[in-house]
Amino acid sequence: MSEFDSAPRAATIAVLVENEPGILARVVGLFSGRGYNIDSLTVAPVDETGRISRITIVTSGTEMVIEQIKAQLDRLVPVHKVSDLTLEGPHLTRELALIKVVGTGDDRVEALRLADAFRARVVDATTTSFVFEMTGAGDKIDAFCALMRPIGLAEVSRTGAVAIARGPRGLI
Amino acid sequence: MSAATKPASTEAALTMSGAEVVLRALKDNGVEVIFGYPGGAVLPIYDAIFNQNAIRHILVRHEQAAVHAAEGYARSTGKVGCVLVTSGPGATNAVTGLVDALLDSIPIVCLTGQVPTHLIGNDAFQEADTTGITRPATKHNYLVKKSADLARVVHEAFYVAKSGRPGPVVIDLPKDILINKAPYTEAPKTEHRSYRPQTEPDAEQIRKAIALLKHAKKPIVYAGGGVINAGPEASRLLADFVHMTGFPCTNTLMGLGAFPADDKQFVGMLGMHGTYEANLAMHDCDVMLNIGARFDDRVTGRLNAFSPNSKKIHADIDPSSINKNVPVEVPIVGDAGRVLAALIAAWKEDGAAQDKAALTTWWRRIDEWRGIDCLRYRQEGKIIKPQHAVKRLYEITRELGRETFISTEVGQHQMWAAQYFGFQKPNRWMTSGGLGTMGYGLPAAMGVQIAHPDALCIDIAGEASILMNIQEMGTLAQYRLPVKVFILNNEYMGMVRQWQELLHGGRYSESYSAALPDFVKLAESFHAKGIRVTDPADLDAGIREMIAHPGPVIADIAVAKDENCFPMIPSGAAHNEMILGPDQEGGVAGVTDEGKVLV
Repeated sequence: MSEFDSAPRAATIAVLVENEPGILARVVGLFSGRGYNIDSLTVAPVDETGRISRITIVTSGTEMVIEQIKAQLDRLVPVHKVSDLTLEGPHLTRELALIKVVGTGDDRVEALRLADAFRARVVDATTTSFVFEMTGAGDKIDAFCALMRPIGLAEVSRTGAVAIARGPRGLI
Repeated sequence: MSAATKPASTEAALTMSGAEVVLRALKDNGVEVIFGYPGGAVLPIYDAIFNQNAIRHILVRHEQAAVHAAEGYARSTGKVGCVLVTSGPGATNAVTGLVDALLDSIPIVCLTGQVPTHLIGNDAFQEADTTGITRPATKHNYLVKKSADLARVVHEAFYVAKSGRPGPVVIDLPKDILINKAPYTEAPKTEHRSYRPQTEPDAEQIRKAIALLKHAKKPIVYAGGGVINAGPEASRLLADFVHMTGFPCTNTLMGLGAFPADDKQFVGMLGMHGTYEANLAMHDCDVMLNIGARFDDRVTGRLNAFSPNSKKIHADIDPSSINKNVPVEVPIVGDAGRVLAALIAAWKEDGAAQDKAALTTWWRRIDEWRGIDCLRYRQEGKIIKPQHAVKRLYEITRELGRETFISTEVGQHQMWAAQYFGFQKPNRWMTSGGLGTMGYGLPAAMGVQIAHPDALCIDIAGEASILMNIQEMGTLAQYRLPVKVFILNNEYMGMVRQWQELLHGGRYSESYSAALPDFVKLAESFHAKGIRVTDPADLDAGIREMIAHPGPVIADIAVAKDENCFPMIPSGAAHNEMILGPDQEGGVAGVTDEGKVLV
């Protein structure tokens, strides 16, 4: 019984769906209608024909809630497969971010030095600004943004997490 | 589902309009009756209906009633109910019925008209975002934007509506799609691409269940609407299993009829207004077998006090129902009939002996609870007790021996019907359990009568609920449907009044049924017979007169105004904190604010 009263945990859930109109509304509506959290959600077609999309949802809840989320997702008619990557073993999570930093003089030098340390690439530059592109786990991007804030962080655009299990086994 | 299908013939592809394709697909999916209401956007379908005889159209008086009628039709036959409404208000009026069917797992396919594709999103006349509005109101929905998809979508809708846990499906049909020529394709033989509900239970889970059940000392079988949805064979298997094991059996509101009410192993309905013996057996049991029920809040009472010492087995076709409210030891995903068949086989195979002595002791305990006779009432004086009215209705229909179907509205009368009308067979009882929709009963009875023209179809109603879809008296007249409306008239929204009395200090805010119509005249104005009974001495005669009349009847039975529905588990209380009757109403005073927030 204890697992049902467990403390909330984060879960990264991969969902393979028919790429049909309204599917995203169905998934999002399920979360809002039943009061579940969405920390991030990404979606794009992933097969060669464009018929299957993969949705990656980062959510959190007690074990009972996470089980419900998975069961509720799985019973949507256009859903092919639901996989709890967090539960099923080691997996990789990546996020892409575009980060605009505005500044002059020493701040620019410091920004570039930090970007180098974080392996962020400069994808746009003016005399007063940079746009950095970086990929990584969410906490790495958080850390980079925190460092950039005093230097002149102007704008951040993030994709939200995508994730995949380690090892040879595929989801499809 | 679509990949393998090709047009049946090139000729058909050229000659049929979209509307004709829709009708052909309905026919090929076994539709004989469609409940609907015309309007601009669906005129092409009405044109196609005009030109054929295979499908009968029943013209209702309001779209909500069309869905409830289709629900009654579906629940009494096991088939998919079919509805046709126009765009905009036609679709929005149908929404209550759709949610009702969703919560009670009733298979419905509802066709809605839509403005032509080039006007979608334009705020056109009678345009509504029907797929948007009905997304959380249905099991699934479709907007058909290409003629080539039409036949496939209709076939798929029927598959989705009836397979797995049944539910309502909406197909939104833009008018140009209905008018343009479209190819007809047969229903595909291949599996659906993504939707394949599990019906066969896992053998290992069955083995675990049997291991628990064999050693149970205080077992109970708790069966719900899933058994009815699994077809009459599932109900037979349920009876076999219960008889084979000697276990007590209780039914949920939706499950009434799944196990014969007369059977000595039946302990009655459970839950908020269930019997004392059913609820205490649930509370005290050591092994609970839930088949096709969902631990609804009306059943469990306070969750942390629900059956605290039992190991629970839960068989459900919908995995999301399992471990939703109540954690269980043995989850079984599968169709109720298949699960019961597997349990019966495994019970026979398992060599372990049952603890018969413990079971005898358990039954002795249950019989003590039965001895309380929680449904007793005293009919005396010049006022008809509502319980007595239902009981006499049951006894008289039983004595007449006619095939009888009962629907209800929602409220006290619904609970009295559930308590005092005994159902021996499945599919004879239509009630709005999940959504609790007042106005359900009359159109549902109408749908049942269409499916069973010679049967006795009675809507046990309250005077407030019946007014919510009273316009359907016109439909009864038009199609000469001899539905009987049996109103327990206490001049109150009785259940609201009861809660106000017990929980809100007797402040009867807006719950009095003022300015009621004269139901006899109302019946007569709709070409039906009206009967009013006020004296207990006239009750039997009134019931017999109602049943004997060949056409529709409203029987307005004046009953005690202040009668409350007991037994009752007050909100936020546990099964063993039931209130048995008025003498214990003080027990409700202990309801906490936490309990009061519960509906």
